[in-house]
Amino acid sequence: MTRLDPEPPEAALAASAPNLLALREVSKSFGPAGRGGTIALRDATLSCRAGEILGLVGPDGAGKTTLVRLAAGLLAPTRGSIVVLGLDSVKDAAEVRGRIGYMPQRFGLYEDLTVRENLRLYADLQGVPPSTRAEREPRLLRMAGLGRFQDRLAGRLSGGMKQKLGLACALVKAPELLLLDEPTVGVDPVSRRELWQIIAELVERDDIGVLLSTSYLDEAERCHRIEVMLRGEIVASGSPASFRERLAQHVFETRPRSQREARRLQAHLLDRDGIADATIRSGRVRLVVPGSGAADVGRAIEGFDTSSAVATSPRFEDAFMCLVSERLAPPPRIDTDAAEPLGTEVVPSRGPESRAGEPRASDATERAAKVRVKGVVKRFGDFVAVRNITFEVGPGEIFGLLGPNGAGKTTMFRMMCGLLPVTSGTIDIAGHDLRRSPSRARARIGYMAQRFSLYGTLGVEENLRFFGRAYGLRGRVLEARLERALASYELLPRRDTPAGELPLGYKQRLAMAAALLHEPEILFLDEPTSGVDPLARREFWRRIGAVAESGVTVVVTTHFMEEAEYCDRMIVMAQGAMMAAGTPEDIRERARSPENPDPSIEDAFIALAESAARESGLRAQRSEADA
Amino acid sequence: MTRSMMRLTGFLRKEFLQIRRDPSSIALALVMPVVLLLVFGYGVSFDAKDVPVAVVLEETGPSAREVAARFEASPYFKAVIVHSMDEASELVRRQDVDAIVRLRSDFDRRLASGSAPVQLVVNGVDANQARLVEVYARGVIGAWAEHRRRRGDPVAEPPIVLEPRIWFNDAVRSTDFLVPGLLTLVMTLIGVLLTALVIAREWERGTMEAILATPLRTREFLLGKLLPYFLLGMGGMALSVALGIVLFGVPLRGSFAVLAVTSALFLLASLGLGLFLSAQLRGQFVAAQAGTLAGFLPALFLSGLLFDLDSTPRVIQFVSHVVPARYFVAISQTVFLAGDVWSVVLPNSLALAGIAILLLLLTRMRIGSRLDT
Repeated sequence: MTRLDPEPPEAALAASAPNLLALREVSKSFGPAGRGGTIALRDATLSCRAGEILGLVGPDGAGKTTLVRLAAGLLAPTRGSIVVLGLDSVKDAAEVRGRIGYMPQRFGLYEDLTVRENLRLYADLQGVPPSTRAEREPRLLRMAGLGRFQDRLAGRLSGGMKQKLGLACALVKAPELLLLDEPTVGVDPVSRRELWQIIAELVERDDIGVLLSTSYLDEAERCHRIEVMLRGEIVASGSPASFRERLAQHVFETRPRSQREARRLQAHLLDRDGIADATIRSGRVRLVVPGSGAADVGRAIEGFDTSSAVATSPRFEDAFMCLVSERLAPPPRIDTDAAEPLGTEVVPSRGPESRAGEPRASDATERAAKVRVKGVVKRFGDFVAVRNITFEVGPGEIFGLLGPNGAGKTTMFRMMCGLLPVTSGTIDIAGHDLRRSPSRARARIGYMAQRFSLYGTLGVEENLRFFGRAYGLRGRVLEARLERALASYELLPRRDTPAGELPLGYKQRLAMAAALLHEPEILFLDEPTSGVDPLARREFWRRIGAVAESGVTVVVTTHFMEEAEYCDRMIVMAQGAMMAAGTPEDIRERARSPENPDPSIEDAFIALAESAARESGLRAQRSEADA
Repeated sequence: MTRSMMRLTGFLRKEFLQIRRDPSSIALALVMPVVLLLVFGYGVSFDAKDVPVAVVLEETGPSAREVAARFEASPYFKAVIVHSMDEASELVRRQDVDAIVRLRSDFDRRLASGSAPVQLVVNGVDANQARLVEVYARGVIGAWAEHRRRRGDPVAEPPIVLEPRIWFNDAVRSTDFLVPGLLTLVMTLIGVLLTALVIAREWERGTMEAILATPLRTREFLLGKLLPYFLLGMGGMALSVALGIVLFGVPLRGSFAVLAVTSALFLLASLGLGLFLSAQLRGQFVAAQAGTLAGFLPALFLSGLLFDLDSTPRVIQFVSHVVPARYFVAISQTVFLAGDVWSVVLPNSLALAGIAILLLLLTRMRIGSRLDT
């Protein structure tokens, strides 16, 4: 394990505080030991002190949930000891449970109970005396911003509100230690920010300890200390600052001329040895070179239309990606060339230089728009889900629909795919009016649904064959495309594996290959990276980039704000209306202020959402909760 | 209020609120028994009416003619009078009649000397029908013998000993012993289905994890799950009993209290089976399927409701001892039709209590206090 020194000041302070949680060489395996069993956690040692937020960070399947459950006494360790508040987590489980607060990933709320009833249930179960309750319940409701919604059924709250109610339920007894398992997964940025404010306040005011797991790397920066987990092991721990310091002078930034150039540069860098990570942030390509310095970076970006690289301050995310690339096998190389035949018959020129001068896809006026949305409105009864939306998507563009849950992006998306009729307005897909010739329009689109819609018991190849046939492919054409898809999506070694048994990353690739098999002109992706860890998300966006590079137009919805950086253009939606449209640069511009001279897309989104909420006031909050 | 009471009442309040918000369990407990009783009660009847029977009169003495006339007058039989056994056999072979009642040529003479056998030949292809015909025939002859005795005619011994069932069911109405059996069937199904979903639902919706992480004890959890559905089930039970008595006119010869206490025991066993399946399978759909199979089918086939258990193979008889319905069929038929016969009620109640306790203990073990137990 990597211990990062020196100890940061806040951790040194915390060392004098009482130790609330101590794991010593804890292992947990499921199923029969040895053959067939799986080891979910191996020799984990950690401690959490009062007044401290300890973050567990790692990709899916790293053992984060197992560790949190062990700490909550919900699992018994196979080996090692767990001491919670000075008590044994298994033997003294009953007492421990009265003194900790625990929020599982799915909140543990009863959807058919109201906000107040849920809170009251947990107060009863925790044995909170009525005198304390009268003071505490209103305070928790206020804190969670649920005061007005006390009598609303929990099932009718928005994702963010549910999560805050779940937290309030975990806090009803004023716990000494708070355990949160991925508390912010699938929650919009505004709610995430609010939740973090609540947690920070709690820690400061009540001096409680918090153990939380997350797969959002930006959230890790807010923890006092971080334990990085990979494949059931804690591989590094320390304060966010200690992680960052290690990479000083190893992180660089360069500003490519265009969004498309940025994507190409990123793909190029990711495949180069010695580069641990390359991302697009605020229109700039960041690259992490743990073993080398400025000279190598200069060589790496040679030949691209971009500014010279300058060193920039590292983030925790950079350190995390370094750890991952050290310990895990490198992600598969994604070959733009291999993806191309799936998208278009024209073999485009290759190499970084030849594309530099081509017209950018965002110059939509130069070629006919692939998707034209004009004045689209969608009503469900009295409820207006989508209000008067207009935009166009040019060929080869990656176009994003952004917005929190309930913003209307899924409704908009379904209308564009012809799955829902519009109330008024028109949608043209590849020149065909979706209303007048829906089947023609539909033949030109590929659609990847949020849950992948694969047949779990069919093999990889059988799934592909089915989708190919469903789109009318057969004979030699089908066979040729099958082979090409299997090869370029690296599914050959698993061609007979049932789709249901595939790891998530493979499922995602298979779903994408299936959606592209009939060579559609437009690919629709609905929340393709939801619930996928940072590694798989990076790989997936590279594939999307490769597909767009081959000429396919991509329309994608996402609630990960940083993913907006991979889009050429986007619209931001809230409460069914369009709040902003444009390139990532345009959107970021909306949040630029003297206090925040270099805002992220997420900052911009929150600024937009807050101003929209202020405008529509109470009505806005209500409709968010309705969704 | 102690902490434990606070937890229990809090959990109970939650269960009642959930039942109120989703009234499907109320419907299950109160509407389904009525519907099932009506459908089964009217639709299924073991009564045979107008069974074609050949009465062979080999002589025409007054007593023999009396017997023949009784068969002709009986609503259960449609008698054809023939004069030789050969004729009668031919009718059976052609399936024109299901049975032969043979009054031998010496019937009157032997009756005077004390014993007069009546030969009964029944087509045994349909075993149930055959048994019914036999019972009815004995009934007809018994009634005739009784009539003779009252008239003062000499009858040394009744020619046929009556079956116990006819003693208790003197109207020979199958409804009277069917309804208590149906009650058992209906309550098994409702008891199992009411609870089969309730623990599985907590697992499926992810609330189980949050509940396990609170100080709520397993016994409090179990009690909180049992009590509301017990009350609902007892409501359904009361409704079914009322329906049986009022609509089907089944007599309740035993006491109401005994019926209530034994019903409660039986319901606990059924609810326990549902809870156990729910805790074990952790999926609502599978638990409901398993509940229907594990509750309904044994109650139908292995409880003595449809088939007399004494006439089944020894293995089946052995297996039937684990079916709670078996014990309650015995209790309810006895309490309804005969009265509080303690020699029947007590051992069967004890068996029910044992099964209920065993199932609830198993459920408690299965829930455990952790995710990996």
